[in-house]
Amino acid sequence: MTSQSYYGRNIVKEPVWKREIPLYFWTGGIAGASAVLHGVARVTGNEPLAKRTLFIGAVADAVSPVLLVKDLGRPERFLNMFRMFKVTSPMSVGSWILLVSGGASNTAAALELLGILAPAKRAAELLSAASGPPLATYTGALVANTSIPVWSEARDQLPWLFGASATATAGAAAAVVTPPRYAGPARRAAVLGAVAEAMVMRAMRRRLGFVGEVYDQGAAGKNARAARACTTVGAGLLALAGRRPVAARTGGLLVLAGGLALRFSVFKAGFQSARDPKYTVVPQKERLRARFSASSTG
Amino acid sequence: MSTTTYGSDAKPRVGFFTDTTVCIGCKACEVACKEWNLIPADGLEWTGESYDNTSQLDANTWRHVAFVEQRKPLRIGADGVDAVDGGPEPLRWLMESDVCKHCTHAGCLDACPTGALFRTEFGTVVVQEDVCNGCGYCVPACPFGVIDRRDLPRSPQDAPLALPLLGSKEDGRVWKCTLCYDRLKGGHEPACAKACPTDSIQFGELDELRERAQKRLEKVEREGWNGARLYGEDPDDGVGGFGAFFLLLDEPEVYGLPPDPIVPTRHLPRLWRTTAFAAVGLLVGVAMAFAGGDA
Repeated sequence: MTSQSYYGRNIVKEPVWKREIPLYFWTGGIAGASAVLHGVARVTGNEPLAKRTLFIGAVADAVSPVLLVKDLGRPERFLNMFRMFKVTSPMSVGSWILLVSGGASNTAAALELLGILAPAKRAAELLSAASGPPLATYTGALVANTSIPVWSEARDQLPWLFGASATATAGAAAAVVTPPRYAGPARRAAVLGAVAEAMVMRAMRRRLGFVGEVYDQGAAGKNARAARACTTVGAGLLALAGRRPVAARTGGLLVLAGGLALRFSVFKAGFQSARDPKYTVVPQKERLRARFSASSTG
Repeated sequence: MSTTTYGSDAKPRVGFFTDTTVCIGCKACEVACKEWNLIPADGLEWTGESYDNTSQLDANTWRHVAFVEQRKPLRIGADGVDAVDGGPEPLRWLMESDVCKHCTHAGCLDACPTGALFRTEFGTVVVQEDVCNGCGYCVPACPFGVIDRRDLPRSPQDAPLALPLLGSKEDGRVWKCTLCYDRLKGGHEPACAKACPTDSIQFGELDELRERAQKRLEKVEREGWNGARLYGEDPDDGVGGFGAFFLLLDEPEVYGLPPDPIVPTRHLPRLWRTTAFAAVGLLVGVAMAFAGGDA
């Protein structure tokens, strides 16, 4: 694919975000899906799993805002995120989701530790479980709502991809710290998430066409390959030997690493996609040509 | 886009018509913009790319003159093929002063989570520097790669950081063309248009500029200018028409402009639906994982 350009310079700008952002996509996903794991575990009476997923979610929820504030150009102005609620801005919506989710899960975890105010704890748990799924998936919308071709063109897949990876990593984290005889749902969530992630990734590559080739190149390619290898082996271990503690721990850690590599892969792909103007120009020219031929024949 | 919230304070929408056929590449617009808006210097580099050593619009460049050297005739005959001038080896030198497009549907403004980016009473798009917290979301949201985060060290006079543990940060805020909001308030035209010696940069009410541009296009077409076209004047395009549009002499991408820009927000309703479905999918998936007991 060749196209004309201005001295080969990029047209859309590369993001200014640093590694805190893909790290947050990972921790936010773990927090969101852990909250759901926790909620269902409570309902089904699996207390050992419920307790651990509550604390995993609370820790991931507490780390997330620190990462986000650190990445701001003006960290001391982080409260400006709450000047308004703007539905046209996934970052605005996401800030509020994280505020609710983090507040709820950390309140619930604190009350659990102190063993007080059971009704308030229950309410916080419910709120945390309800805000978990949007927390795990909105980050896909956040990157898709840009002019970066490899993100924007994958807008039908990215929320699913991040949701699947969130499920896999939250299940994996729980499988690492929960005794295997209580960790069955966590292992199955990890495997289910990993399978869904692989399927969505394939659909995304099909949808992207040549724009998706950045996932085979450079840092995005390296991370994509690492993600696939870690997640596949990790999920395989959990599925086949997950009742053995060593296998559960190894498999869980591999899936967690795979999820992190996946977020870095998507993140880096955006930079590579912005850098080369052909990814911006060629699809837009095709769009113009299609519109022109549609209007001249019809 | 709407300035209706301004009520009786709303002004007619203003913008730029940049006619590249008369640009002489003097860069007076770049200099006037830097001077008026007190934009910091950002390096002295020799790119070897014709006369362009600025390279692109960014946080510290709000007008950028592009230079393109081409083996193409400047004018062609009525049949659209034969070169009228230039002989067997024609050469033409295209110059174009690029600027923020002040889109009718602005991706940067929609993406901004703090409300730092806003629509003025003139229909232009401006950053409030006392509100911007440097989240950077507007940077990849812009289909043109205009808005950018400033990357300069904090000066000792700057207010101390409220969170010193996070280290000394750069300016850290985003910057772009304001269409000289302060000058507009005072009834003056923007500095670049004022400084332009050939009226390549024309400032005015958008409706009037569009009429003027149409007439100009008809004239240069009659004169056989090779590749003349308007870019960004159509209110039905992907960003609802530019507040600052252009008369170009080649495809937009030759000047580093996107051929068919679309504001990301156009896809957002569907994207939110996808996100909601994915959230429900996650819920169902996790619930399914509990089938089959605790072990």
